[in-house]
Amino acid sequence: MGTTNTVLLVVLGVLALVFGVLVFTLNSMARVTFSLLAALVCVGGVTTVLGLPYLGVVIVLMMVMEMVVMAVFMIAYMMNPAGLMPMSMLHNKRGALVISGVVFAALVAGIFLVPWRDSAALQPRDTTFQVGRALMAEQMLTMVTLGFVLLATMVAATVLATHRGRYDRFGDDLDQRPAKDPAGGGVGR
Amino acid sequence: MVEAGAWWTLLAAPGLLLGFAVLAVAGDAVLDARSAGRPVSLATAVRPFLGVPRALVAQPRRMPAPDRLLWRTGVITVPVAAVLSTLVIPFGNHAVADLSVGVVWFNAMEVLTWAGLWLAGWGPNAAFSLIGGYRFLAQGLAYELPLMFALISTATGAESLRVGDIAAAQHGLWYAVWMPVAFAAYLAGVLAFSFLGPFAYPVGRDLAGGVLGETSGVDRLLLQAGRWLWLASGSAMAVPLFLGGGAGPGLPASVWSLVKTLLVLGLLVWVLRRLPMIRADRYVEFAWVVLIPLTIVQVLVPAVVNLNR
Repeated sequence: MGTTNTVLLVVLGVLALVFGVLVFTLNSMARVTFSLLAALVCVGGVTTVLGLPYLGVVIVLMMVMEMVVMAVFMIAYMMNPAGLMPMSMLHNKRGALVISGVVFAALVAGIFLVPWRDSAALQPRDTTFQVGRALMAEQMLTMVTLGFVLLATMVAATVLATHRGRYDRFGDDLDQRPAKDPAGGGVGR
Repeated sequence: MVEAGAWWTLLAAPGLLLGFAVLAVAGDAVLDARSAGRPVSLATAVRPFLGVPRALVAQPRRMPAPDRLLWRTGVITVPVAAVLSTLVIPFGNHAVADLSVGVVWFNAMEVLTWAGLWLAGWGPNAAFSLIGGYRFLAQGLAYELPLMFALISTATGAESLRVGDIAAAQHGLWYAVWMPVAFAAYLAGVLAFSFLGPFAYPVGRDLAGGVLGETSGVDRLLLQAGRWLWLASGSAMAVPLFLGGGAGPGLPASVWSLVKTLLVLGLLVWVLRRLPMIRADRYVEFAWVVLIPLTIVQVLVPAVVNLNR
């Protein structure tokens, strides 16, 4: 690894840590969400510098969408109106300390216990291809199962969350067209 | 073959992008004047830019208790993300950085606009601008997936995420010809992430300007510039993705890139005033019920073609 990459790695790592600490010290929900986003963007940068450009950029892509949607829900459904009152982000302090301490120790132990290969000699030419190959060849069954479980969870959660059923929408004989929806859609069903 | 450019392309790319954006704004002003029946002259095209020096010296409007840090971050993010997205767009045979994951990079920069615009709406501590920010997210949930599938179609066709490879893989037959659904979804996506024309819902007049409502001076200028820079960037990206990049008979590759980009940009500017503004809730249903299935089938086409090759 060259000097530039090492410097980048250190800078991004420190920035990720700083933003991570800010998540627990700031007192505005919007600022907390976006410092978490900044920390995750730095993690995406670290991943890219470590030679996994696809995963790095995808982390940035997914995390921006995820954090923005999270900001919307967090602020829309807060206990105080719109989350505008200053509030602490710390809950269950003792339990959280224990859990994060154990996870941190396990990760650090992992650094020393995993038999890392001499990566310089074995660095694959195209890591994006390797990732795709791993997901779509060896782990195909895992990915297909995972996909269906995720989709089923989303559909089930939506079904459980909505109190309106098809009889509300289409009438007692399911023949009411267009459907009686509280908000009209663009397709005119 | 596309190659990474010299250091000066780092300056040339944003300059070129700004040039395209300026042309788009001028073209928009001319079309505005024509549809309003006013005489069209050079002054008509220049008029929108008279506001630039005025905006630079304008006194900023202050709101009670704004979140100034997040507001500024959001306002700056929109144009900066548009400029960063151009790093991977090849112009002729040169890109600033021919990343191996260029398509994903472009997509990631475009998604940064979500964060930017929501922050720009949240920052001023005003209801209408916040609603404008929420509107952009609702619109984002509608346009993003069809746009992603459109990008995936081209990457699948070329079997590469490198934008240069995608342009090169179209020798003879443009992706716009045999992936028309992806092309249409992509162009709609460009209008949507520029929040212009039919997708101007986040800055709607019914919302007193929405996200733009509370901004003034340089902030407003940056946000407005961001929209037109995004329109220009999206048009430039359409060329390597769907229109064969710089390939063409007779002329050098960079000239073909220029001509094709201007054509796409002209088409988009013309479309801006041809379509009514779409409410996000209506577009969400259309996107999820019609566009996503269509674009998934569209992805299947290059996949099957490649398997049979």
